[in-house]
Amino acid sequence: MSIPQKTMAELAADYGLAPNEYQVLLDRLGREPNQVELGVFSVMWSEHCSYKSSKTQLMKFPVTGERVICGPGENAGVIDIDDGDACIFKMESHNHPSYIEPYQGAATGVGGIMRDVFTMGARPVALLNALRFGDPSHEKTRRLVSGVVSGIGGYGNCVGVPTVAGETNFHAGYNGNILVNAMCVGLAKADSIFYSAAPAAGHSVVYFGSKTGRDGIHGATMASAEFDADSDEKRPTVQVGDPFAEKLLIEATLELMASGAVAAIQDMGAAGLTSSSVEMAGKGGVGIELDMDKVPQRETGMTAYEMMLSESQERMLAVLKPGREADGERIFKKWGLDAATIGVTTDTGRLVLKHHGETVCDVPLAPLFDDAPLYDRPWVQPELQPRLAPADVPAPDSWPDAVLSVLCCPDMASKRWIWEQYDRHVMADTLQDSATGADAGVVRVHGTDKGLAVTSDCTPRYVQNDPYEGGKQCVAEAWRNLTAVGSRPIAITDNLNFGNPQRPEIMGQIVRATDGMAEACRALDFPVVSGNVSLYNETNGVAIPPTPTVGAVGLLPNYDVTVGFGSMAEGDVLVLIGETVGELGASIYLREVLGREDGAPPPVDLALEKKTGDFVRDRIEAGELTCVHDLSDGGLIAAAADMALASDCGVELDATSATHAHIFLFGEDQARYLVAVPDAAALIEHAQNAGLHASVVGHARGSDFASGELFRIPLAHLREMHEAWLPAYMEGRT
Amino acid sequence: MSAAVIVFPGSNCDRDCKVAVERSTGQPVSMVWHQETELPKGLDLIVLPGGFSYGDYLRCGAMAVQSPVMQAVKQAAEDGVTVVGICNGFQILCEAGMLPGALLRNAGLKYVCKPIALSIANGQTRFTAGYQGQREVVMTQGNGDGNYFADADTLARLEGEGQVVFRYVENPNGSVADIAGIQNARGNVLGMMPHPDRAFEAELGSADGAILFQSIYAAA
Repeated sequence: MSIPQKTMAELAADYGLAPNEYQVLLDRLGREPNQVELGVFSVMWSEHCSYKSSKTQLMKFPVTGERVICGPGENAGVIDIDDGDACIFKMESHNHPSYIEPYQGAATGVGGIMRDVFTMGARPVALLNALRFGDPSHEKTRRLVSGVVSGIGGYGNCVGVPTVAGETNFHAGYNGNILVNAMCVGLAKADSIFYSAAPAAGHSVVYFGSKTGRDGIHGATMASAEFDADSDEKRPTVQVGDPFAEKLLIEATLELMASGAVAAIQDMGAAGLTSSSVEMAGKGGVGIELDMDKVPQRETGMTAYEMMLSESQERMLAVLKPGREADGERIFKKWGLDAATIGVTTDTGRLVLKHHGETVCDVPLAPLFDDAPLYDRPWVQPELQPRLAPADVPAPDSWPDAVLSVLCCPDMASKRWIWEQYDRHVMADTLQDSATGADAGVVRVHGTDKGLAVTSDCTPRYVQNDPYEGGKQCVAEAWRNLTAVGSRPIAITDNLNFGNPQRPEIMGQIVRATDGMAEACRALDFPVVSGNVSLYNETNGVAIPPTPTVGAVGLLPNYDVTVGFGSMAEGDVLVLIGETVGELGASIYLREVLGREDGAPPPVDLALEKKTGDFVRDRIEAGELTCVHDLSDGGLIAAAADMALASDCGVELDATSATHAHIFLFGEDQARYLVAVPDAAALIEHAQNAGLHASVVGHARGSDFASGELFRIPLAHLREMHEAWLPAYMEGRT
Repeated sequence: MSAAVIVFPGSNCDRDCKVAVERSTGQPVSMVWHQETELPKGLDLIVLPGGFSYGDYLRCGAMAVQSPVMQAVKQAAEDGVTVVGICNGFQILCEAGMLPGALLRNAGLKYVCKPIALSIANGQTRFTAGYQGQREVVMTQGNGDGNYFADADTLARLEGEGQVVFRYVENPNGSVADIAGIQNARGNVLGMMPHPDRAFEAELGSADGAILFQSIYAAA
């Protein structure tokens, strides 16, 4: 890169630093920075690295708990899953790059989140993804779906980690900014967790993995700005992934850790060598000096600025224990990885970079953390949608059409076209995945009787209409999904996707959604252990629907007790546990049948949610329930249809006792579960004794999906329609 | 009975194969790194596992054939040791010329992961004798290049000599003659795209793969 003919102040603005932020930098240095120093400060103070707009909101989350070993602040969260085992997990966005270059953007998103997990000493064992695309009719949507899905598959399949669960939504609100949120779950031993803080001065700093190239320079800065008409020109800031290199990196890293040579370790993710070196030295309270000439380089003539800002993938930085360099050399050679000792920790508290014999950067580390800007940005109370009364929501003109519209619309149709491109079975521990009828993915804790349940959830249309209730609902639904497979929910990771926080109405969404999430986490004893914030998801001033995605993990002490919803048998009785008032605000029915997106979302009674879920989980653990499904999008009708399709057994729903059948069948009231049992009486009595509503809502019989006089749809036809939309769309037939 | 799984740097089913054979047969399995030039003495079974041996940015399995360990694997097969290549392992066996034909890009041009029903085309092999007349088995598969192809002469020979071991009940990838797995003329080398190593316990959806490993051990 040629040195531009701009003043440093102008360059600072180009790098995304606000004038007040640049002034702080001048004050701390007591002089004008050079370009390298400016680059270091601008990425560390970017929204992506500093969380400057969201930190005050994130402070609201409960982050501790009986099972929390490490909460937010490290590469990923760590929880105790008994017997000396730990589970390490995190979700992260790769939204901006995936829109510009879908295959590589999504692929490197998967690679990046895996590194966050194995950097802490865990072997990745499960991947999930939460995808939001624009309207199917938008010109870019088909190409983005295709690229993102093959990118996720291409990376995860090659590395050999099963992709077991996920969610995909379509909405015009994502036309200009898609969301690609990837989650990785790993397993480690609780006494072998690795952290990033460098312990002392005088330790070797070792670089290993792929060589550094000019890709992804200032990617973190791109992810901290809005898109405009020229966004396609940002393609060079997207990195290119090499999953084979990642596979080697995982094995080498875990082997290096097992050898006992690692004192501290950090992957090179966003802001690459800058953030990894600064984090390790800064957290350890030491200094660091790097010789840029020693950095393995893929291209010739790279400047220190380019090397420090590159986001080339599949790279690690480790501080080795004194005298253990030979262990590193042996392991890197075995796995064929580039590696070099590029520096040393010091006691100066400064980041010093040497290149071609000159000092090209010499700045104190403390201000990078201590003086990182922190904004309590102004916000306004979001405009709330009114609660809809029954009279506000008419019954459908045609019941069969309405049922098929709800069950087969883009959001609800089968996503087989997507998940069949993901290896869901590698590692041979997958018990439940996207293809099996279950509310969460379930993988065994290898070599034990334990299982981990994993899910990802967010209902953006709820958050849009009421960020507070919607925020509560994301957490509650994740908790409910984990419960429905019989697991004990433990903790969550969050991925907050919003628009430009400098707009008070967007900041209002962030404030209220996180208020709701925090309250739900407290009520459900469901702490946040890791997370990621993606702001500025806007194009030409239009923001995405607020999308605080929740990734959650639950523990099955004995995986044999896990249940799904594919085991319903002819003659079973369908029992609904939980109360139906009839919430159709912001529902799928309202949108798909009536073409409206108004109304208050269903309120979440967190105490009831907990009571109902605990009851259901107890029954599963007691072996009394084997077919369980939570109610969410599409309400009772969707849950019953899922059960019928997964079990290949007809269902006759009974809506005769309801005042308004459509409100009863399509309502999206929370804290409800549908179960199929051979005999309902004992269960209903048990539920009522526990103070819960429970009633018979249908029977498993025949080969139709039906409800009295309202509709009768052959299950085979429903299956065909449910499966048809996505493949037809991807082939350009719709 | 002694078995080994070959580990290439990009193998990702190496542990799965080890666990599957161990759980199916109760016998320990050793791991052999791709840089080795010799195999452990007295092996009865060698497994080439699935994965992306060297990234497979070139033709799948093409680089693995050049790795030091493959000379020893070829020699062992010539000496009569049983060799099973699963998924990427099948691709490697074809690239190495140890099995005829080639695995092309799937007809749908996409990676396909799903449980799949297989018919046993030859129940009289050392790999399938244990199925004792069972006509169909279920395993899962996951690959982007599982579309088996062989020219007409080769195909006629495969069919005529009973070398087709497994066929897809519903062809997922365009494989010629619905072929999912074949053995060599001598009957000691098997290549198959579906994963018996992911179908060795009922909770994984199928335990049919266990019988394949048990069959090999019973024949040894």
